[in-house]
Amino acid sequence: MSEVIVANIIVLSSIAVAAAIILYFAAQKFKTENNPVADEIAAMLPQANCGACGKAGCQDFANACAAADAESFARLYCPVGGAGVMNTIAGRLGYSSAEHEPTVAVLHCNGTCENAPDKVEYIGLQSCRLANRAFVGKTGCPDGCLRLGDCVRNCPFGAIEMNPQTGLPEVNPDKCTSCGACVRICPRGLYEIRPRGKNGVRVYVACSNRQKGALARKNCKAACIACMKCTKICPEVKVENNLSHIPATVSAEAYGAELAANCPTGAIIYTGVKDEQD
Amino acid sequence: MSKIKTFSVGGIHPDKYKITSDLPIRDAGIPDMLYVPVKQHIGAPAKILVKKGDRVKAGTLLADADGIVSADVHAPASGEVVKIEEIVGEVGYLEQMITIKTDGDEWEESIDRSSDLIREITATPEQIVGIIRAAGIVGMGGAGYPTPIKATVPAGKKIDCIILNGIECEPYLTADDRLMQEKAEQIIIGAKILNKALGIQKAIIAIDENKPHAIETMRKLTRSYVGVNVAVCATKYPQGSEKQLIAAVTGREVPPGCLPVDVNCVVQNVGTVYAVYEAVQKHKPLFERIVTVSGDDVKNPGNYRVRIGTPASYLIEQAQPLETPGKIIFGGPMMGTAATNLAAPITKTTSGILLLKTASVLDPEQTACIRCGRCIEVCPQGLQPFAITGHVRRGEYQEAKKIHVLDCMECGSCSYTCPARIPLTDYCKLAKYEIRKKK
Repeated sequence: MSEVIVANIIVLSSIAVAAAIILYFAAQKFKTENNPVADEIAAMLPQANCGACGKAGCQDFANACAAADAESFARLYCPVGGAGVMNTIAGRLGYSSAEHEPTVAVLHCNGTCENAPDKVEYIGLQSCRLANRAFVGKTGCPDGCLRLGDCVRNCPFGAIEMNPQTGLPEVNPDKCTSCGACVRICPRGLYEIRPRGKNGVRVYVACSNRQKGALARKNCKAACIACMKCTKICPEVKVENNLSHIPATVSAEAYGAELAANCPTGAIIYTGVKDEQD
Repeated sequence: MSKIKTFSVGGIHPDKYKITSDLPIRDAGIPDMLYVPVKQHIGAPAKILVKKGDRVKAGTLLADADGIVSADVHAPASGEVVKIEEIVGEVGYLEQMITIKTDGDEWEESIDRSSDLIREITATPEQIVGIIRAAGIVGMGGAGYPTPIKATVPAGKKIDCIILNGIECEPYLTADDRLMQEKAEQIIIGAKILNKALGIQKAIIAIDENKPHAIETMRKLTRSYVGVNVAVCATKYPQGSEKQLIAAVTGREVPPGCLPVDVNCVVQNVGTVYAVYEAVQKHKPLFERIVTVSGDDVKNPGNYRVRIGTPASYLIEQAQPLETPGKIIFGGPMMGTAATNLAAPITKTTSGILLLKTASVLDPEQTACIRCGRCIEVCPQGLQPFAITGHVRRGEYQEAKKIHVLDCMECGSCSYTCPARIPLTDYCKLAKYEIRKKK
């Protein structure tokens, strides 16, 4: 018995030694030189590898930073790390980082269970991308939220949660890094990365329905009916294809409350009041 | 008695529920309003030729094919065009439709309305293709691929036989079965017409074992037609799929990404072939089809001759549901579409309307995959649905592509057979959408 154990130890140890020697020489032969500056920058990054910067991952972004000159560095930005991380990197490289307004993801749909009641049931894989192909959605709105939560499951930062009361996904602005994963996953393109606004005060149209008013209202009480009231309050607001669009340049503090209060269907959402209460 | 043919890999045996196979085709009548979609086929929507207020007769051209992969659309009954606008379709999305307020059943004078059988084929091959195109004929089995393309030999290719698809392997549906029993000789002449267009002699009518009357009728009649034979196939799902049918009948395997023409075959649904007969011999464009109305929630199931554009609700009324149906399906239960709008019209590709009870369509509770491998056993394409599902759950679409998810034809055999009730087909569909989107 004992000789079997001894034999095993000897055989396995010799294999281990042989493998270690081979690996050592292989490591020497195939060694790649990493830019030490890039490695240093990579250590400063959030390492979420979310791709929000437009690069393949954090190491790729770090390589780009290390290779950049002052001018091209100004175009690089890590939305997850934000100004803090960019300033640290800029300090290491001796450049100045460009000003970037903080942003957040917003959902352009207000088709809550109450506003847009379910007309049919959906049985099948709980995936918005699949359901979007199969049918118009439980509510009947061809442009509205399907409420199956692909964005919730695909948010790398856990910033989106389903609200069981409304049935709609909600973005937690404290956790949202505006990486854009939700923008890419939503089959109906309901998400937009918008400036957070001063003190988190934003105003936007929470509707994407391009049908005519009467048809849109059939399915959802909160649908934009293109009544043009908002364009009279603020001339910068545009209505195209039966849908209002409030550009991010419209001052939420100046117009937000008035726009939201005058929208007859409640399609315009103004976050100002809520944030003050918090 | 020749050997019973089938494909070698996979397949399932769902309960057949062919409760309507002995019920003769009935005329559904003409509803007050017809909603004719301009896109009932694969390809570009047809260009609308009529305007509001126009008077049309059955067979009047409403919309013209826009390009090669497109099809003409004709008026299904006489009446007045009252609206041309987007109307909510069967799954809730808006579709461009021509609304006709019917006032009777006056047909275009050129159409031969007699029931005489015309055996002699006088049209030349070029004329035949032209007539099929002008009649707006598309694949009536469900895909809706324009038929004139399949009635011409592509440059550099060779076709040696036409296979008539009379399999109808989906449960409940009997529209093709009834058509083969009642219009057998017309279908055979239709096959000879397509033979002439392609310049060949051989046609095989494939029928599955559970249609003894259709087999018998066809066998008797094919004796007097040179080159037309009946092939009896095993009752197995999805025997009616193009690739599986070719494998069963000819033993040829269509490689991934290739078409039947690459193995010198053309497959046509029997309904399509009947439409070809009517177009070429009777000058009748495609404006009506046979629809099976069935399900476990129907008092009065049947096979109906229905004008294109008839709202499904009109047929459902005639069939009389027993209770409020839990699910209404356009097409078969395996690959059909669950409808959200019952006012949606019957199109050239609607083979059935199924009304199912709530109890029979409940969402079964999913459990974890137990790696039993049954999905692999039944996949007719030889794929590994459980492995694809794993990749899709992790978002690894390129990995799913490497294990050939693009060869999946979404037949539903894996979901049907899965003891853990995992919607495997849904995962495969999702993978296909994502891969095609990223191209």
